[in-house]
Amino acid sequence: MTTSPVQVRDLQKTYGSFKAVDGISFDIHEGETFALLGPNGAGKSTTIEILEGYRNRTSGDVQVLGVDPAHGGLDWKAQLGIVLQSTGESGNVSVVEQLTHFAAYYPQPRNVADVIEAVGLGSKATTRISKLSGGQRRRVDVALGIIGRPKLLFLDEPTTGFDPEARRQFWDLINQLKAEGTTILLTTHYLDEAATLADRAGVIVGGKLLDIGPIDAIGGAGARVPLVRWRQDGVVRSERTAEPAALAARLYAAAGGEVDGLEITRPSLEDIYLDMVGTHSAALKTAEENA
Amino acid sequence: MRTLQLGASRIGYELKVYFRQGDTVFFTFLFPIMMLSIFAVAFSTSGNIGTAPDGSGGITVASFYVPGMVAAGMLLSGVQNLAVDIAAEKGDGTLKRLGGTPLPVFSYFMGKIGMVLLSSVLQVALLLLVARVAFNVELPSEPGRWLTFAWVFLFGVITSCVLGIALSALPRTGKSATAVIIPLVLVLQFISGVYLNFSQLPGWLQNFASIFPLKWMAQGMRSVFLPASFEAAEPSGSWDLGLVALVLGVWLVVGLALCKMTFKWIRKDT
Repeated sequence: MTTSPVQVRDLQKTYGSFKAVDGISFDIHEGETFALLGPNGAGKSTTIEILEGYRNRTSGDVQVLGVDPAHGGLDWKAQLGIVLQSTGESGNVSVVEQLTHFAAYYPQPRNVADVIEAVGLGSKATTRISKLSGGQRRRVDVALGIIGRPKLLFLDEPTTGFDPEARRQFWDLINQLKAEGTTILLTTHYLDEAATLADRAGVIVGGKLLDIGPIDAIGGAGARVPLVRWRQDGVVRSERTAEPAALAARLYAAAGGEVDGLEITRPSLEDIYLDMVGTHSAALKTAEENA
Repeated sequence: MRTLQLGASRIGYELKVYFRQGDTVFFTFLFPIMMLSIFAVAFSTSGNIGTAPDGSGGITVASFYVPGMVAAGMLLSGVQNLAVDIAAEKGDGTLKRLGGTPLPVFSYFMGKIGMVLLSSVLQVALLLLVARVAFNVELPSEPGRWLTFAWVFLFGVITSCVLGIALSALPRTGKSATAVIIPLVLVLQFISGVYLNFSQLPGWLQNFASIFPLKWMAQGMRSVFLPASFEAAEPSGSWDLGLVALVLGVWLVVGLALCKMTFKWIRKDT
């Protein structure tokens, strides 16, 4: 068994008395796409920036591609692709100039034209970056992140500002990278994005890892009980049940035919996530009030 | 090897970006030429400087200002340009992005210094061309003077670059960079004999200005461009080229030490 590209053990980061990251542990396996989910200020970006070598940790043990990121050298950086949360400027060069220049930093870069095409900027290749829209600049960021053929790719809210079509295109690109064996760490506020792209996810709230597991197991089995919704006497009724078909059959029998407004849904990752974060915040509030 | 190759690639990239920024080109690249033109035109009727008692000889105002403007160009290209540029790159996330790539810090600096060297050579060539063609300034013909010019220029520009990189740590944000750096550079130009005749400044101000490198760059350039008869007007009665080299050398070492201490791709943990 080979060691995982990312290993985090009891990671802590404090600013004064504030615990931004409060003892989290997780692994990302080779070739896996791992999503880190959580509300703003939960510690996602702090965690990802510690893994990228941008921040020093307070305590805990971190290995990224077998190296402590606090002491990562140039050879280590050559294996990483980093898409930061905020876009850098560098607006005075064209897309193709910028990518050609950055490609030279890496030992085995991807083909510049292919990358530009893959992020959907083929028609903007010779346009100055300053003349691009916010979403297009974000695609340049993504292109710069993958130009060096990284083994491990960090994507910190990569699709902010994308229109739906661009997002779909981005998903295709990520699936392509996955197929090539790239290990990916993704943070996003779009839960459908995480559900589509990630193999596993971790949910961080208040610097703590609330849950971690395969996308279809996050929140536990209890959170996934299907919801049956229908209309009765003009009022919308709903019930959660592990046997939705049986309930639907009973309703069918009772109504003596089709049931008005019948719907059977399983909670989406977003529903489960919001439920978890909401419960946690409520619990915190109660704890504070009792303290 | 790879570090040098990337450094060369950075020089090309930096030059491209530099000359595409209209405001920088104007305020640092063309500034000395503009100032020389203003002084030459404004004082065109005021007669020669350094004339003999009978009013003969001396040099034109334009000729008198050439060495100061050459020195100002060296300072602006190095200190002002780099300090503002790097502070801005810190502020807008450019450095953070570069810090996440396998680009060596040395290559980055090589790009900056190479860009300044090439653009300032172009700048001084243009300045001398304008002085010669537009204002009929006589340029030295002795090879010895051009040798002095070469080492004072190179030494001065590199020292300016290093100090500019060190000073880039001073502004807290990219936006405040020009507000912090330009006054420093402007004051230095006024007290170092760029705009005002250094020999007419009060002694204490001359001594104060002598702490900083610009005074010595200007003095070195005066030794190149002014007639030998002006040497006696220097505070010490000599061009003191040995001292010029010494002071620039000290500032170079101080600047390198400051760079080493203060430069980081990003401010960690702020």
